[in-house]
Amino acid sequence: MLLVDWLYVGVFAVVGLIMAALPLALVWALAPRASLPQKQMTYESGVVPFGQAWAQFNVRYYLFGLVFVIFDVEVIYLYPWAIVFRTYGGWAFVVMLIFVGILLLGLAHAWRKGALEWT
Amino acid sequence: MVNWPLEILKAVGLAAGIFTFLAVVAAMFGVLLERKIGGWIQSRLGPKHVGPQGLLQTLADTIKLLQKEHIAPRAADAAVFNTAPLVVAVAGLMSWIVIPFGTLGERVLVVRDLNIGVVFFAAMSSITVLGILAGGWASNNKYALLGGLRSASQMISYELPLAMALIAVALEAGTLSTVGIVKAQEGWFGSFAFRQFPAMVIFLVAATAEVNRVPFDLPEAESELVAGYFSEYTGMRFALFQLGEYAEMFAMAAMATTLFLGGWKGPVLPPLVWFLLKMYLIVFLFMWVRWTYPRYRLDQLLNLSWKVLLPAGLVWIMITGYRMAF
Repeated sequence: MLLVDWLYVGVFAVVGLIMAALPLALVWALAPRASLPQKQMTYESGVVPFGQAWAQFNVRYYLFGLVFVIFDVEVIYLYPWAIVFRTYGGWAFVVMLIFVGILLLGLAHAWRKGALEWT
Repeated sequence: MVNWPLEILKAVGLAAGIFTFLAVVAAMFGVLLERKIGGWIQSRLGPKHVGPQGLLQTLADTIKLLQKEHIAPRAADAAVFNTAPLVVAVAGLMSWIVIPFGTLGERVLVVRDLNIGVVFFAAMSSITVLGILAGGWASNNKYALLGGLRSASQMISYELPLAMALIAVALEAGTLSTVGIVKAQEGWFGSFAFRQFPAMVIFLVAATAEVNRVPFDLPEAESELVAGYFSEYTGMRFALFQLGEYAEMFAMAAMATTLFLGGWKGPVLPPLVWFLLKMYLIVFLFMWVRWTYPRYRLDQLLNLSWKVLLPAGLVWIMITGYRMAF
């Protein structure tokens, strides 16, 4: 049955793409095409654009990105734990308490070091 | 044995059906509903002239958008620019695979009751950010790039509290299957809206942020970033972004219904009607919030996620675990 499940997922992705592209085909057939250089200019509040947007600039949330990766991996551990919890009961709780405790300490450390500040 | 051609036909039919449902009910009438509710809250009438009571307004808008010229900036990365709206629209559709709509006799109306339903939902809802980031970057427009980057930082930040709420519910129900979670909720007071109330609050706040709605609509903040990541999009490609956004919002509402409000369960009325009623209740809540609150600042937004919702979610998971173990 598992294979059928993923067949549905695959079919949904393909059919979704086709259905989403259909109106674009309609636009291609219906809409006018009168391209002017002015129309293809990048919008910058009506003035002539200054340089490119693909310039170097400070991506300030890379620290958030790092912390996110740590917690996202943790979440992956929590899902299976939540499912088998009933089988193991109290012991599963104690083990996860230690794991989550360490992570909360990590979060507190990141917080204290200012990694969670948008400066 | 599995009858493959039949299964493929069924899948194609369901996918086309749900996509049409989303395009018509979620996007077209969702936009109309939003404008009508907005009008009602702000003591004005909202759309009124096209069709009876303005019912055909968004249909007329769609026909207009179909006739609009496709304009892409010369500086943009054409391939990425053109595929980004498709990614957002398809991601909006995919979440619906695991949503149980109701029951028909003994059968549950769900496209596929995946055994990892909840994880699948979280995964699909996080694909949207790729489309938004790609669209914002490929536009080669400063407003769009800023909107796309803001969106990326916002959506990864709120994905974690969302997952925490999902895990707390999965822990209580003992399963990741969405149908199993609905079946675990018996009666009015057995619904997880009571036993998992903090998880519901976390889920609703994080869901609002995940679908970039007010008060967390920084990626498209129209008063500072023009339109954010879709500043450069015109006509139907712009409409596809809107479709994806509304499909995602309805998916979040449907998931909140499934997880916390007991899904299709309810007395007297047919299950499908109950499901739709509950889903529209949550949709109304999203819209109510949108027309009531001002926008957050980016640092406030990140603080709320990292310093409030995330620790609260972790603590709530442990409290749920404690309650179940002892």
